[in-house]
Amino acid sequence: MAENTESLCRPPTSLEYGSDWFFRRLTLVMALFCIGIVGLLIAQIAFSAAPAIRDHGTDFLTTSKWSPKDNAYGIAPQIAGTLYSSILGVALGTFFGVAIAIFLTQDFLPYKWEIALKNIVELLAAIPSVVYGLWGIFVLIPLIRPPANWLHEHFGNFVLFDTRLSGSGLLPSALVLAIMVLPTVTAISRDAIAAVPHKLREAAYGLGATRWEAVAGVILPTASRGIYGSVILAFGRAVGETMALAMLFGNTNSFSWSLFAPGNTLAALMANQWPESSDVEKGALMYAGLVLLGITLAINILGTLLVMRTAKVGEAK
Amino acid sequence: MSDSAKPGDPKPVGDRPLQPGLGEVMGVAGGLAPLTRPPAPPYVEPPTVIMPDLERRLRAPRTFVNAVFSVVIALMAFVALLPLFSLLAMLLFQGGQRLSLALFTQLPPAAGMEGGGIGNAILGTLLMVGIASIIAVPVGILGAIYTAEFAPESRISGIVRFAVKVLSGLPSVLAGLFAYAAVVLWTRQYSAVAGGVALSILMVPTVLLTAEQAIKMVPQRMREAAIGMGATPTQVTLQVVLPAARPGILTGVMLAVARAAGETAPLLFSAMFSNYWLTRNLMEPTPSLAVLIYNFSTSAFANQIEIAWSASLVLVFLVLVANIVAQIWTARAHRT
Repeated sequence: MAENTESLCRPPTSLEYGSDWFFRRLTLVMALFCIGIVGLLIAQIAFSAAPAIRDHGTDFLTTSKWSPKDNAYGIAPQIAGTLYSSILGVALGTFFGVAIAIFLTQDFLPYKWEIALKNIVELLAAIPSVVYGLWGIFVLIPLIRPPANWLHEHFGNFVLFDTRLSGSGLLPSALVLAIMVLPTVTAISRDAIAAVPHKLREAAYGLGATRWEAVAGVILPTASRGIYGSVILAFGRAVGETMALAMLFGNTNSFSWSLFAPGNTLAALMANQWPESSDVEKGALMYAGLVLLGITLAINILGTLLVMRTAKVGEAK
Repeated sequence: MSDSAKPGDPKPVGDRPLQPGLGEVMGVAGGLAPLTRPPAPPYVEPPTVIMPDLERRLRAPRTFVNAVFSVVIALMAFVALLPLFSLLAMLLFQGGQRLSLALFTQLPPAAGMEGGGIGNAILGTLLMVGIASIIAVPVGILGAIYTAEFAPESRISGIVRFAVKVLSGLPSVLAGLFAYAAVVLWTRQYSAVAGGVALSILMVPTVLLTAEQAIKMVPQRMREAAIGMGATPTQVTLQVVLPAARPGILTGVMLAVARAAGETAPLLFSAMFSNYWLTRNLMEPTPSLAVLIYNFSTSAFANQIEIAWSASLVLVFLVLVANIVAQIWTARAHRT
């Protein structure tokens, strides 16, 4: 009896105290390392971009010529293309993503089907972006080219249909972006809608509201902050998306409002130019990376704060 | 109360027989004076209440809008899933064509050549994801132990969480740029190690955040029982908390692996590509499925495009398997 007690419960030995001290320090070091990675990543990219920043200054952001021969680098069209394609893609993705989130939460389907549909949408997030790019080249572009060119022929005066869709272009890029951000938007808005107190929904139905009135008048406004957060996070993803756009956007050094014109984004520029670039051009690409880093950091911090505040509001209830 | 007329009662109140008084009912008749009846109120015709139509007719504007809304929502959900089905169908038909032993045992075909496979790319992807896991899994789990177990309220933990969330939102290209600047420039060589470093940066946030959640889910009682028996915090963590949190932690690792396996952009900047088999040397350009798909997608040769589809099929299969394993582990974590 006494042996048993002794073997189970005893104060730690000094060796155990020592290893405890060591292990705690180890976890602290790893935690600090995680902070360090972020700092190091930013510092390293900024450091590598420094020569290009010295050479080109802010002209880099406002000029639009990318010519390694003349040592002329400017990313104005890429910045515009990044924002334009992301806004279009996220707008489309949000439209469908919120619709699916409503479809998944408002008792349209039996519970089992809701779970199945939710898993299918999450499957979209699992597919690598390079596969979306391949699909875009061989399925999406041939599919949308005839209607796009019909629109160009009949409404060519309209600024959005200014050019022919010869292959790569903004529209296929934006569509693929929309598909890629769809799971993000759906998942976060679904959580935001599910967090709307049941009392509110039932009160709306009790007053005789139809489902549409309850959704549009009560549920969406209540969940709106979470949905905005999802849109911003999706925007952050879209801005940094590389492979699909490198394969679908055309890699031309120009910007056009037309939906069917080719263009370029910051991330796609890096992926396309990198393999054949000299050291000087790599420096310029690092600078472009730093600009991209700045844009995504700003977007993500904004989005994280928004989602965190929503979570707090939800907890307070 | 009992003798007041119900509003819907058709009979005039005055003709109704007197209800038994309270005393009589209770069997104490005579003991109490009979209740005096209040003067009957004059009969008023109850207002005819017109009930609104409880059935909603489709022609009523509100109901019509609602029906349109329901149909539109269902249609949109359906349309949004079409690309996925199209993609999966293409993968199976286009990629399935070339599915054979040769695909897994041969090197990628050069331009204009027939046949070929993706053997070296599969091995390269597995190798680099392996290197990335060796770096990211210990960092992520130990970091999570710190933020969830040892100092959940501390300022450092708050900063770690914030930093990791920022890291998870950064574009994957930047991880590639970082690996180039930090490893490739230093070693003067595109390499599997650089690719692994780039991928590990993308894996750390997923591993850490899921592990943190899993550790927090372990019931406090289990910890207290161990502490009560004289265990040090380290022993509590390693022998009680981590085994209990294992399914959740493994889920995070698997999700991170799935994500890393599909990443292309970071590898373009760090591992490049190679048309040859891997050697023992980790410090040389390394092929991967993702970069192979990217390189061959713009090829002018039908053979290379077919290989790209087959590589996509294999890659998506690998990623899905990792995801499904993760989901099974999640289910197990919730059961216990």
